[in-house]
Amino acid sequence: MQHLNILVAQWVAPTIDYHGLAPELVVAGGLCLVLILDLFIDERKKWLLSVISSFTLLAAMIPVVTLALSDTSVRSMIGDRYVVDSFSLVMKGVFLLSGYVVVLLSSSHLEEGEYWRGEYWFLLLSSLLGMLMMTSSRDLVSIFVALELLSIPAYMLAAWRKRDPKSNEAGVKYFMLGVFASAVMLYGMSLLYGVTNSTLLVDIASQITATGGFSSVHALAVVFVIVGFAFKVSAVPFHTWAPDTYEGAPTPVTAFLSVASKAAGFVALVVLIYSAFPLVQSIWQPFIWVLSALTMTVGNVLALRQHNIVRMIAYSSISQGGFVLMPLAVAGMPGAGSSALRAVVLYMIIYAATNLGVFAVILAVSRKTRSGEVTSFGGLFSYAPTLGVLMTIFLASLAGIPPLGGWIAKFAAFQALLQSQSTWGYVLGVVGAVNSVIAFGYYGNVMREIWMRPVPDGDTTPIRTPGSLGLALGITTVATLTFGIFPGIALHFADLAEIAGAVIR
Amino acid sequence: MNMLRENNWVLSVGTFLPMLGVVVLMLMPKAQDRAIKLIALVTSIATLAVGVYTAVIFDYGQAGKMQFVAETNWISVIKSSYFIGLDGISLPLYLLSMVITLLVVIYSLDHVPSPGKPKAFFSLLLVLQTGMAGTFIAQDLILFFVFFELVLLPMFFMIGVWGGEQRQYASIKFFLYTMFGSALMLVAFLALFVKTGAESFSIPYLIEHGGSIAKNVQIWIFAGMFVGFAVKVPMFPFHTWLPDAHTQAPTQGSVILAAILLKLGTYGFVRIALPILPVAAREWAPYIGGLAVIGIIYGALGCLAQTDMKRLIAFSSVAHMGFVMLGISTLTSFGINAAIFGMVAHGLITGMLFFIAGSVKERYHTLEISKLGGMLTQVPRLGWIFGFCTMASLGLPGLAGFWGEFPAILSAYNPAAGLNVTVFRVYMVIAALGTVLAAGYLLWLYQRIAFGTPKNNSHTGDGHHEKLQDVNTYELLAWTPLLIGILVLGIMPNLLFSVIDPAVQATLVVFGG
Repeated sequence: MQHLNILVAQWVAPTIDYHGLAPELVVAGGLCLVLILDLFIDERKKWLLSVISSFTLLAAMIPVVTLALSDTSVRSMIGDRYVVDSFSLVMKGVFLLSGYVVVLLSSSHLEEGEYWRGEYWFLLLSSLLGMLMMTSSRDLVSIFVALELLSIPAYMLAAWRKRDPKSNEAGVKYFMLGVFASAVMLYGMSLLYGVTNSTLLVDIASQITATGGFSSVHALAVVFVIVGFAFKVSAVPFHTWAPDTYEGAPTPVTAFLSVASKAAGFVALVVLIYSAFPLVQSIWQPFIWVLSALTMTVGNVLALRQHNIVRMIAYSSISQGGFVLMPLAVAGMPGAGSSALRAVVLYMIIYAATNLGVFAVILAVSRKTRSGEVTSFGGLFSYAPTLGVLMTIFLASLAGIPPLGGWIAKFAAFQALLQSQSTWGYVLGVVGAVNSVIAFGYYGNVMREIWMRPVPDGDTTPIRTPGSLGLALGITTVATLTFGIFPGIALHFADLAEIAGAVIR
Repeated sequence: MNMLRENNWVLSVGTFLPMLGVVVLMLMPKAQDRAIKLIALVTSIATLAVGVYTAVIFDYGQAGKMQFVAETNWISVIKSSYFIGLDGISLPLYLLSMVITLLVVIYSLDHVPSPGKPKAFFSLLLVLQTGMAGTFIAQDLILFFVFFELVLLPMFFMIGVWGGEQRQYASIKFFLYTMFGSALMLVAFLALFVKTGAESFSIPYLIEHGGSIAKNVQIWIFAGMFVGFAVKVPMFPFHTWLPDAHTQAPTQGSVILAAILLKLGTYGFVRIALPILPVAAREWAPYIGGLAVIGIIYGALGCLAQTDMKRLIAFSSVAHMGFVMLGISTLTSFGINAAIFGMVAHGLITGMLFFIAGSVKERYHTLEISKLGGMLTQVPRLGWIFGFCTMASLGLPGLAGFWGEFPAILSAYNPAAGLNVTVFRVYMVIAALGTVLAAGYLLWLYQRIAFGTPKNNSHTGDGHHEKLQDVNTYELLAWTPLLIGILVLGIMPNLLFSVIDPAVQATLVVFGG
């Protein structure tokens, strides 16, 4: 007790850079507002909550922009444990904007179904807050806290359709495997702390090989931590939760999980690799190489067999995750570090825009067809040409066909691989190239339904798209096309993103 | 390589004008059938007008140099730029793509294939045009790749939506094949970029520095490009998508596929693979030549076995592109001149043959050779035009086809220094045999279709002949320029050779003259 008293007396409140924390503070304020208002407003006025949520996210973009424009390029707080650098700002922008699109996707969906709206927005914003924190966390403890903050609301969102057993299954599966992954990762983190005597990433980086060489404990620690995030990004063989969860969860939640939640996992992975593990690349490089090759191949092959569109997109997003991992497999090699980071960030930006677009179309179409089958897209072009063309654009972008966004993302990933000038890089490049062709098998299948097949039940009443969904479609389409035709724009942001203090260049 | 930069707006305008048409088309209501066709027609006429203007102000005295060069930042982070230019090799193909698109549009005014949807159909045609023209002027590998890929989706939809019975299978097969090739090609491009110091994707820069890459690395990079281009050509054994795609595609799709799309592959060899990787090209040349002559013989034998007229023409493409590749594989200016001439000639002739196949199908409702016959008595004008094109296709001297085939065979007699002369002479003999087979299958085809008496069951099946319409105005409008082209180039091949030759010489500098 006395010991504790001494500690308390010694404790000095850290100086907080409120400008640097502003995006998080805005979102935190917004979510409190939503929670409190939900108690007092009438059921008929619950739509207000979605408006507040979307404005919260847009308002949080303002400090992100002012921070990006401010002269201080890196703001670090709490003893370098929480850092606002260009990487975190770019990723915060990605999370806020994709969060905004998810709100747009959700609002009409929620109004039409019997959902508990107030809590939905609260949980969505909480999860986004966790993601914002993840981008700045440079300490094992804050990474873990951010991870739980973003994951736990997501477990609940996945099970949001209470009366639907599939949704329950989605939530429970996601929760069980998520918690298991957290446990494995926490074990890895404890081992890391044990061997390096610090939780600060930069300290870990310098301590991990300070003894000269590394032992099996080091390897175990690094691998366990990476496995934890491999669950999060649903890398094969840690992907088994994803298809069931994606299929069972409400579709806007699936969009959120497959884009934002996945990106958050990659953010953590990137930060760890670049800030904490640069010197033990011989441990994680082969591991990520195998993860990447497996993820894209298995994801692709399984996607080919799917008949449910959301399940197919689930496997496709697993396989896309393999492409994001691809440049990381060579990130530790001389000369490849910065282009690998650029490729990962670029992939996340473009993938977010495109995949959210896919979900926007799925939502719009399923409002009419009430079906999740791929065949429900039959003849879409004949009665809803705009949606048909947009879906074609998004799918072609996912398949990596120029001049749509996806191609430059894949291109940058290949470039990073070849930049390493290593045999492993070349081999993985060829694996990736073959996979990007296989992927067209299932993307093309949906296109075929849209353009070449008859309407399944002959019902050709046009689809009415609500305004919010239309706006979401507009944003994602413009982003997908612009990034494809003027890749310089997205590349510029990806190139700006640098992790302060990262050792790999 | 020094470049001429005057008037460098013409290429961008010529390439992207069709996209403007697409935007206008998008804004049109679906029901405005006539207006949609009019916009497509006006756009393609305007595009060709820009193309013709380009050809007029092209400095023929310096056809070996890049002209109308424009270079601006595009993706500076990865050191790729919007870098375009046109020389004597590109000019004929660039112009050909515009001519073919216009003619296809004219033909389509009267023949939008089922299931209609003219708005989407013409939009895709115009997107295709941008992709094709862009590929021929791109001087940056990434730009080239983007244009090269831009043609994929429109063609996929053209086959898949407007095609025949097996259209869905054919369209997916076409797409997967070409995409597989281009994925490996992209990896090869990137490897090339990295191995030349990660400085630039510009083709002239890479030509300057590519030669210094180690030999075994060059061979691997060449392998990646080879797969990409060979699928597109298509060379044996990557050709199997072609008969399906051609047979199932609507007439317009087949024409564009045969006349332009196949040339993207051979053009890629001449523009990119050979000059950037000369050492690897020498190593690969005998194998390319070998596959080329296999393609010639295999294509010809395939033709003899076909029962479907359109599929037969498709297989003849495999054989003809074999001659083109044989010319390229000799690495001599003679051979490559022949190859480029062959590309243009094949574009005119085979494009024409597919037009005719489309019209035959429309009149007889079948392309089964055994059900056709007596075309000369029923529709004499169509019959005679068909005869003219068969003669051109089998390489009759005096028509364009001859100048593609004959010099290509001849060039194999004397391949570039360092290549095994005996091997190429053997190729020469085999290729010459191929021309005999070509004469065989084409004459036999013509005999079965045009001669004899009309088959009673030809279209209605109830025994009495309906009067078939002979060549109509739209067809005549669309075909005449091609027929004139075949004749003029046949009589005055120098018109084309004089443009191509300086550029080919400039390209071959890397091989030491």
